[in-house]
Amino acid sequence: MLQRQTPSEAKEITYREAVREAIRDAFARDQRVFLMGEDVGRYGGCYAVTKGLLAEFGPERIRDTPLSESGFTGAGIGAAMAGMRPIVELMTVNFSLLALDQILNNAATIRHMSGNQFGVPLVIRLATGAGRQVAAQHSHSLEGWYAHIPGVKVLAPATIQDARGMLWTALEDPDPVLIFENVMLYNMTGKLAADAGPVDIDKAAVRRIGRDITLITYGGSLWKTLDAAATLAADNIEAEVIDLRSLRPLDDQTIMASVTKTRRAVIVDEGWRSGSLAAEVCTRIVERAFWELDAPIGRVCSEEVPIPYARHLEEAAIPQAPKIVAAAKAALART
Amino acid sequence: MSGTIDKPRLSRAHSLDLLKQMIRIRRFEEKCVELYTLEKIRGFLHLYDGEEAVAVGVIPVLEQRDRIVATYREHGQALVRGVPMTTVLAEMFGKQQGCSGGRGGSMHLFDRATNFYGGNAIVGGGLPLAVGVALADHMRGEDVVTACFFGDGAVAEGEFHESLNLAALWSLPVLLVCENNLYGMGTALAIAESETDIHLKAQSYRITAEVIDGMDVVAVEAAARRAIRAVRETSKPYFLECRTYRFRAHSMFDAQLYRDKSEVEAWRQKDPIVRFRGWLESNHMIHPEEEARIEADVAAEIAAAAAFAEAGTWEPVEHLTRFTYAEIVS
Repeated sequence: MLQRQTPSEAKEITYREAVREAIRDAFARDQRVFLMGEDVGRYGGCYAVTKGLLAEFGPERIRDTPLSESGFTGAGIGAAMAGMRPIVELMTVNFSLLALDQILNNAATIRHMSGNQFGVPLVIRLATGAGRQVAAQHSHSLEGWYAHIPGVKVLAPATIQDARGMLWTALEDPDPVLIFENVMLYNMTGKLAADAGPVDIDKAAVRRIGRDITLITYGGSLWKTLDAAATLAADNIEAEVIDLRSLRPLDDQTIMASVTKTRRAVIVDEGWRSGSLAAEVCTRIVERAFWELDAPIGRVCSEEVPIPYARHLEEAAIPQAPKIVAAAKAALART
Repeated sequence: MSGTIDKPRLSRAHSLDLLKQMIRIRRFEEKCVELYTLEKIRGFLHLYDGEEAVAVGVIPVLEQRDRIVATYREHGQALVRGVPMTTVLAEMFGKQQGCSGGRGGSMHLFDRATNFYGGNAIVGGGLPLAVGVALADHMRGEDVVTACFFGDGAVAEGEFHESLNLAALWSLPVLLVCENNLYGMGTALAIAESETDIHLKAQSYRITAEVIDGMDVVAVEAAARRAIRAVRETSKPYFLECRTYRFRAHSMFDAQLYRDKSEVEAWRQKDPIVRFRGWLESNHMIHPEEEARIEADVAAEIAAAAAFAEAGTWEPVEHLTRFTYAEIVS
């Protein structure tokens, strides 16, 4: 049931390589595009995404920065305002907190605050998510926080196709776009068409068609949710799985169409439960499709705790397939 | 050290223009106080009285193609740059005819036509942005200088140090103008900084830096000429620490408990307008009727701006969310 296209000329590729191909493609398309961040050049990128690009494009366009998140993020904003198309790589979302002033007070406000005289066509790429036993300061999932902010767009590519295709569309956008790449996906392999190119960045995707319940998720949790759907199918429960893809704006239409069909929903979100993106999606369903529902909406989020180091505790802290299965069965009053 | 090229040509016409620009700002700020009292202007209002010589000394030396990034105390910079006083005041009234469409107010004056990249109300927040604007010009090989204004308070921010390092490291054409008025809001420089000679911090990043009497418009202009020429010729940053003083409160909500009236009075003796006018008078470079004409011209411009702002209209509430994102015309 998984909606994956694998044309005959498709090649096996990792998520990491798909992002790298997207960067390379953007550099070829537009001379205004350049990339800067910590260890993106000589080191090859903390997650090896930009490996080899320094040799290919040189230090002006693959620009190693000092550990100055606010400084180089602000520089990306200024360069974008002055006509360039920068990609800022913030090594992880955890470090983006040091650049929050620039993202929130400048990138998100300047078009509105200047009466539409200046825009910030900037793309910020950030690694996000837990699962690598790197403890509480390196395991955040703060994309829901960023999705709170009017003036930015927030993307969560979960598939090889989106890792390859979202960047160029984001670079063509006249406003700042944040792309969250889940760290657990970089090594994922999949088929990508040799001529794969840009994809839309404002629609959710139905990754699995089902009739009994809608499971709504994004990013790294997509694959756990699809695993859960496979388990549910063994119990004759057909779950529809929605990959939000864009966290701001949210594609209400796709969500409501599915919930109206299945009449039940569980939202899976690696962010902490309180004030989460899952809370926003849940509220929208209640506001728009309350009378279509046959059961309370469920949520599988991270536990309200800093992410611990020990493997078994870390696994217990974030969404896992068995929890998603349990939540879906609860919504269906099945055990 | 400087050749004749860097000396301001103090022709009578130029001198009178420097004086007029400073008086223009001073009278505008006085009018703003009046309009604030009348509740025509609301929110935060930060006035530039006392610091006029900095903007007036630096900005006219820039070319039209150059760019400016300023702070929330930026009425003076905007006016000297040529943002029309009418649209500046309309902005402060919150009218849609304002230079930022009424969305920004006093602290966020933007003007694309004059490359005025806005007043930034987060202390230090404009510095990384200015570095990025200069980076864009540097990467395109364009002969453009970006002037970034900020206060002594910004020096304590990490963004100050990150930005100076990046500007020097990447050899970016940015003129860094520190308006050192001795206070970050109500906290004196000596209470906030272990090293109060701010230009030394710039020098530690290998940026050429000098200290100037920011109450002397001629000295500021001379330094600006040196600095801007150096930035153009070397494509490297240059740092001017202009020592100046804010005559009025930090904002309209400030009771000024942190400084003595005697200190303010002592600085008023160095008033850049009084001082320059006195110098012109003692050198017979200005006639009383010229002074009167400057005052009359400025008064007329302010009256016209106030009338323009008053006649301005409110943006329809239905437009509230416009320009949060670009409006794509398909």
